Amino acid sequence: MEGRIVDRLLFLDPITGKRVAHESEIPFYKNQRRLILGNNRKIDPRSIDDYIALNGYSALAKVLSGLTPEQVLEEVKKSNLRGRGGGGFPTGRKWATTRDSPGEQKYVIVNCDEGDPGAYKDRSLMEGNPHQVLEGLTIGAYAMGSHQGFIYVRQEYPLAVQNTAYAIKQAEEYGLLGENILGSGFGFKIKIHRGAGAFVSGESSALMSAIEGRVGEPRPKYVHTSVKGIWDKPSCLNNVETWATVPFIINNGADWFDGLGTKGSKGTKIFSLVGKVNNTGLVEVPMGMTLREIVINIGGGIPKGKKFKAVQTGGPSGGCIPERFLDLPVDFDELSKAGSMMGSGGMIVMDEETCMVDTARYFTNFLSDESCGKCIPCREGLRQMLKILNAVSAGKATQDDIKRLEELSEVVRDASLCSLGQTAPNPVLSTLKYFRDEYDAHINGRCPAKVCKDLLTYYIDPDKCQACGICLKNCPAEAISGKKDIVYVIDPKKCIKCDTCSEVCPEKFNAVVKISGEALPPTVREGTKVKRKR
Amino acid sequence: MDTVTLEIDGKAIKAEKGISVLQAARNAGINIPTLCNHEKLEPYGACRLCMVEVRKDNRTKLVASCCYPVEDALKIRTDSERISRIRKVILELIVPQAPVGPLLALAKKYGADRSRFPLDKGEEPPYCILCGRCVRYCAEIKKLNAIGFVNRGIDRKVALVPGIGDECTSCRECYGPTVCESGKFVPYAEEFAFPPHRSR
Repeated sequence: MEGRIVDRLLFLDPITGKRVAHESEIPFYKNQRRLILGNNRKIDPRSIDDYIALNGYSALAKVLSGLTPEQVLEEVKKSNLRGRGGGGFPTGRKWATTRDSPGEQKYVIVNCDEGDPGAYKDRSLMEGNPHQVLEGLTIGAYAMGSHQGFIYVRQEYPLAVQNTAYAIKQAEEYGLLGENILGSGFGFKIKIHRGAGAFVSGESSALMSAIEGRVGEPRPKYVHTSVKGIWDKPSCLNNVETWATVPFIINNGADWFDGLGTKGSKGTKIFSLVGKVNNTGLVEVPMGMTLREIVINIGGGIPKGKKFKAVQTGGPSGGCIPERFLDLPVDFDELSKAGSMMGSGGMIVMDEETCMVDTARYFTNFLSDESCGKCIPCREGLRQMLKILNAVSAGKATQDDIKRLEELSEVVRDASLCSLGQTAPNPVLSTLKYFRDEYDAHINGRCPAKVCKDLLTYYIDPDKCQACGICLKNCPAEAISGKKDIVYVIDPKKCIKCDTCSEVCPEKFNAVVKISGEALPPTVREGTKVKRKR
Repeated sequence: MDTVTLEIDGKAIKAEKGISVLQAARNAGINIPTLCNHEKLEPYGACRLCMVEVRKDNRTKLVASCCYPVEDALKIRTDSERISRIRKVILELIVPQAPVGPLLALAKKYGADRSRFPLDKGEEPPYCILCGRCVRYCAEIKKLNAIGFVNRGIDRKVALVPGIGDECTSCRECYGPTVCESGKFVPYAEEFAFPPHRSR
């Protein structure tokens, strides 16, 4: 109002309790470098004019008006861009293979089959700024001599499908797609292929099978898909983020891009920061930023002052990285050295209340569900790994079972057909490596994080209970008894361990206690009166 | 005919360009075990029993020999300790599903303990190991595509393809002993509505 800042409308930093006047000063944004994501909030994804006003399609114009395909390829090679889909394969080399492989017909493909729980960077780019991806794809097609592109979007991203289809239509109307783009004589068309919901279809050979109209199942790739892909034609598949990076490299030059990041990993990287962290959301930072900076400075640390335990990177088949690696600079090579991977850019933060056995079990269950079932190690191996993990979490496993689990994990990793199976044991292997003590504790009947239900007992502390009756009212199993002024008691035989009582017990009383692996305190005599707090 | 020279288990071997390491090894009398491979069918790479160690450009990797094309100067080991362990564990996983002659013999050879990854209590062995030979035989040789895989992961099974399944001519070759690896196609025979196969 009249040029003054209205204080009460400003963002209130929940950690420091201070008001922040500019977005660039908010800790969550302050420490990021939003390059690829930067334009998302500035434009209407349905408006090609918005994108053009922000320098959009200038890289394509630059390429088509003055650069040869070889020069474009050289620029991408020189930038040392590596694939953002997880594997980190040098993009320039992939493009060169596709370009040099025999065959007139070549295909370029956008992989937007982001199926990881809690990852949504590709979705955000595809929904929020589809033209950036189209521009990168068209530049790639020009460099590789392709005239047909595919965008594989999962059906579960309806807005991404709609916005992309809309963007393609607009670009065609503006002469930025189709025959004779910008009068250059170069023609390029893009078709959207909607995924039918299989996680494994994000794997390159499975994705290509799906585009061909067959079942999305991987096949051995000893001859690369960049040589023999869709219908055995050279096909270059890159992740949404990789394609979206290309216009920046063309506009700012390979040297500029090469100057960002670490020795082996250049540029910026988007992560989906989720889990037990104060600020969740998409985070874009230069490669090489440490996990600590991402989790603590940008993520604002762990809620309620809890202790950090681990961060799982790279989606369901990533590894769990423990606290002692918090100063690890995040790039492709450092993450694999620590037993994890870049993967989809997922970053799940776990605190002291997360059980690592349960975590490994959750991801193994997910991957076993999503395994296509073609090869034996992945189909049968994951099923058996899950059986063992279920036994561990139920406190019914022995050290011998852990040995079996370890041997099995190694075989699944070494012998599976595609990267789903090859990376699926990562959660188990990394937790076995860094959190072996938790496995041992479970064997001895104790879940240290108090998560695994079979090893838990719920108990109401008679010294704290104020007989408010909320737990009784909410207990779905009618396992709680008590009345006015009399201490409430949980019957362990009826208790289904749903955790409701613990959640509803007022914080000021905090009377419901979870016990694991210890003897239950002596039963309270029936009719014990509550000790009133003063 | 273009040939390449490679080394398998220390033996120098000449092989026709374009064939797989598995074929080259078999031509030279070196045995590599397989389940999903069938001489008349395209390589499939699903059973992973034919894994071998390939040394190329000073790097060793594990590959499925049925799908890996021969190349000049490849060095291949078909029987390292690592390979034996992979085969042992794969057999430990699959033999309880189909405890029949050829699989039991392989289990014995590689020291696979059938009781390490047992079936659930009360679970009957399905006998089908999903090697896909019947499915591929129907597609590639008979050109009918009458049977296919349904579901995924541990629920995967062979079934008549809805609609197309009517194309089945009851030739019965798919569950004949020359095609079916476990030699017992019984659980599916009824579903296919042709007479049950008599096990070998």
